[in-house]
Amino acid sequence: MKKSMLSLLFCGFMVAALAQSEKYTAVMQKNIAALDAAKTIGDLQDVAASFERVGDAEKTQWLPYYYAALAQTWIGWRPDVKDKDVNAEKIKAYLAKAEAIEKNAELYAVENMVATQQMMVDPQTRWQTNGVEASTALQNGLKLDPNNPRLYYLQGESLFGTPVQFGGGKDKAKPVFEKAIALFKAAQPKPLYPNWGQKQAEDKLAQCQ
Amino acid sequence: MQKLVITINLILITLGSMAQVLISGKIKDNRGRPVAGASIAIKNTYDGGTSDSTGRYHFKTTEKGAHLLTVSSIGFKPIEAAIVIASDTAGVDMVLKEEPNELKAVTITAGSFAAGDSKRGAVMSSLDIATTAGSNADITAALKTLPGAQQVGEQEGLFVRGGAGYEAKQYIDGTLVNNPYNTSVPDIAQRGRFSPFLFKGTVFSTGGYSALYGQALSSVLLLESIDLPEKSEVDATISPLFVGLGTQQLASNKKSSWGVNYGYTNVGLYFKAIKQTPDYFKMPQFHSGDANFRIKTKRGGMIKYYATFAHSTLGLRRPDIDSGYLKNAFDLKNNNWYNNLSWKEYLGKGWKMNLGLGYSTNKDNILLQVQDAGNQPKNFDNSVYWMRGKNLVLVNRQDLAQVKEVFEKRLAGISSVRFGAEYQHAYNTSLVNDTLHKLVDNYTAGFAETDIYITNGLAAKLGVRAEYSSTIQKAAIAPRLSLAYKTGKDAQVSVAYGIFYQKPENTQLFYTTDLGFTRATHYVINYQKISNDRIFRVEAYYKKYDDLVKTIPASYYYSNYNNSGNGYAKGIELFWRDKKSIKDFDYWVSYSYLDTKRNYLNFTESLTPNYAATHTASLVMKRFFTKIKTGFNLTYSYATGRPYYNFMVNGGNKYYIADQGKTKDYNSLNFSMEYVPSAGKTNAKSFIVWFASISNILGYNAVYGYNYSYNGMIKQPITPTANRFYFVGCFISWGVDRSQDAINNNL
Repeated sequence: MKKSMLSLLFCGFMVAALAQSEKYTAVMQKNIAALDAAKTIGDLQDVAASFERVGDAEKTQWLPYYYAALAQTWIGWRPDVKDKDVNAEKIKAYLAKAEAIEKNAELYAVENMVATQQMMVDPQTRWQTNGVEASTALQNGLKLDPNNPRLYYLQGESLFGTPVQFGGGKDKAKPVFEKAIALFKAAQPKPLYPNWGQKQAEDKLAQCQ
Repeated sequence: MQKLVITINLILITLGSMAQVLISGKIKDNRGRPVAGASIAIKNTYDGGTSDSTGRYHFKTTEKGAHLLTVSSIGFKPIEAAIVIASDTAGVDMVLKEEPNELKAVTITAGSFAAGDSKRGAVMSSLDIATTAGSNADITAALKTLPGAQQVGEQEGLFVRGGAGYEAKQYIDGTLVNNPYNTSVPDIAQRGRFSPFLFKGTVFSTGGYSALYGQALSSVLLLESIDLPEKSEVDATISPLFVGLGTQQLASNKKSSWGVNYGYTNVGLYFKAIKQTPDYFKMPQFHSGDANFRIKTKRGGMIKYYATFAHSTLGLRRPDIDSGYLKNAFDLKNNNWYNNLSWKEYLGKGWKMNLGLGYSTNKDNILLQVQDAGNQPKNFDNSVYWMRGKNLVLVNRQDLAQVKEVFEKRLAGISSVRFGAEYQHAYNTSLVNDTLHKLVDNYTAGFAETDIYITNGLAAKLGVRAEYSSTIQKAAIAPRLSLAYKTGKDAQVSVAYGIFYQKPENTQLFYTTDLGFTRATHYVINYQKISNDRIFRVEAYYKKYDDLVKTIPASYYYSNYNNSGNGYAKGIELFWRDKKSIKDFDYWVSYSYLDTKRNYLNFTESLTPNYAATHTASLVMKRFFTKIKTGFNLTYSYATGRPYYNFMVNGGNKYYIADQGKTKDYNSLNFSMEYVPSAGKTNAKSFIVWFASISNILGYNAVYGYNYSYNGMIKQPITPTANRFYFVGCFISWGVDRSQDAINNNL
């Protein structure tokens, strides 16, 4: 009797724990879908805040903060965002929270993007600071995960955006995008893990032809 | 089990959706304005929402009972409030308090121009100093394109808002630089000793500067040296005038670095090709070396040491104005050694300290000689007293040892207080023929300053400085005050007030130490609107001078001095920089209006000094063509004519104006270009910059003033030594940036 009581209690805990994780998975799936569907800056801000709440509640998951940073980064690419440095501060705050839990290649990918956004404010003077920061982030990311397709995609973007005279251009970017796409095809991301980038890489590769 | 979980889950979800309640309300700031984009959350749950542009929010939750509601938004202090969730609740309104934030807060800009790559509100970057046409990488020359500085070409120095060159001082990492320019040569402006590439930030204060600095009536130039370099590299410079070689070595843990540089300048070849007015019997030659080390400390602080050594010689001859057939020779040998050690450290609990130590020594051996047609020395007896003074042997030496310590404590928010003290021991000697003049000064100062941010939109800086000079045995208290108020997005108004003291010059103190501090009072008001690509500034000021040094002639050779001088300066200045309107094109315009008069030195009455032009303007243009990797820069500078005077002494030992006038307007169009074949290549093994410049392309004949013969009968214009200046050079650096290796290896 005692034993069965205990096992019932144990079962109860299991159920509660599983329910909690189910709840997490459900809200993450919902938010990731909302992130994919977001159209306006307001949508992106809402979804970033939503991810942040999940992160604050969970405390041990880096993914919610990662996605919050990612949503904020999508805002940063918008040409109508005036103060990229203020936006970058928000991204970096999310990244810092995520990195306190786990440091990984996906976070370096976002770090690369935010540094690139800051560099673009004044490329002539900032390429030596933010530009170096961006390439260091890529390098650090590749050390942790040499087969991360998103890092190759971002490297391709950087080459694509750099003038031919400066050592960039379509010809230089093309093999990098090809490598990125091959890695995207081979990749098997865990549930809820980042899987964006393949379409962007394919679109860019088409522009390289 | 699986089934059970799903069932329970289903029940939970069903229960949950049945029990959802709606919470809504409004978020405002402490001034009642709606806060958009604030994040509202029930603590430790996923539920929450974001406020819209009117500050309203609403969200659904399945939670019940007592919870904490958290509200946060960038720029505000996050708050928490206890709520009990039972049924749909509207009107859960919250008020957020603004959090002082360095990115959003106003900065005091009255009387100061920041240049640098990290500084917010910087009007120039370090690169701009090198790529401003006409500057030829001389910091002072580049700053002359900003409002407030005069286009003075016959002497070195920054002549700011009616102030003389010696009334502007330079500081490196907080400590005074005693000899910032190469030794003066009559009627030829000298370059600064320091390369702009040594500094990551520059603040050019044209008035109302901080209590941390003193002994400058008009302006301070604050130079902040770079921290650790990005990478190890070897640099070389080759040009017909100059060769240089140096290296920077960054330790593999990126915690320390060291570097050495050596440069040799010889303008002999250049002067043979481009005719110069004076006859150079010794071609100007400069040997210059520098060494540095930088160490990052455990607590994130920084120790930096920087030293330069310079040795130079030159000799030139000009026709003698009094005789018409004789010549005046000027022969100079200079040795300069400058050392600066600074230590910036975080002491914990919001405390920071800045320690600066400096030692410099400068020695000039100058020979002034009257020579005949065969370049042989010519001596005179007492009857030709006006010629005797032109045969001189001078040995001048200036030593300065100093220490400065500043403590800073962070107060609530971003407010802070800093205080400290400095001590300077100056040893100056001047040997004129056989007469030795000696002056030892112990200068001590204590200062305190606080930055108070009342809100992000209103800030004040209050400071006071107490100074004592042992030579003149005088103490002074100098209050400083400035305020900044945000008037709109990107726009602000700031005001500054301060009293500034300066010791009389050594040349005066050699004769008498019975003098007091000279004094200037500044009032500055500034409006600035600044965005990423555009800067607009307008500034008005009034300065009052008191206790300026007056010269009282005692005989032809000898004068006395007292503090009976006075004067004023007032003006208005405009600055506009725009990188946006025309694609890839960057330009700035500056304009200064100056009205100043002084009665000082040998002036007979209140007069506009000979270094002050009423209107000064500059237009600086830059464009970099990515396709050809070449940048072109043009600078046009204009100034109205400056007054000139010939003061002579009458029989009663009183000055009178024997002649006066105004020079013609000054115009100068300068061009420079840089070709950067490896621009932007992040994996380049070497980085090359080709640089070429022409100063005064239109060949305008500038007249800076006039020299007079002793009897006032003959006057000769002071002109540049050549009409145009040409420069071509190549800068190469070899450095290995490994940031791309990881990617290339994986391809």
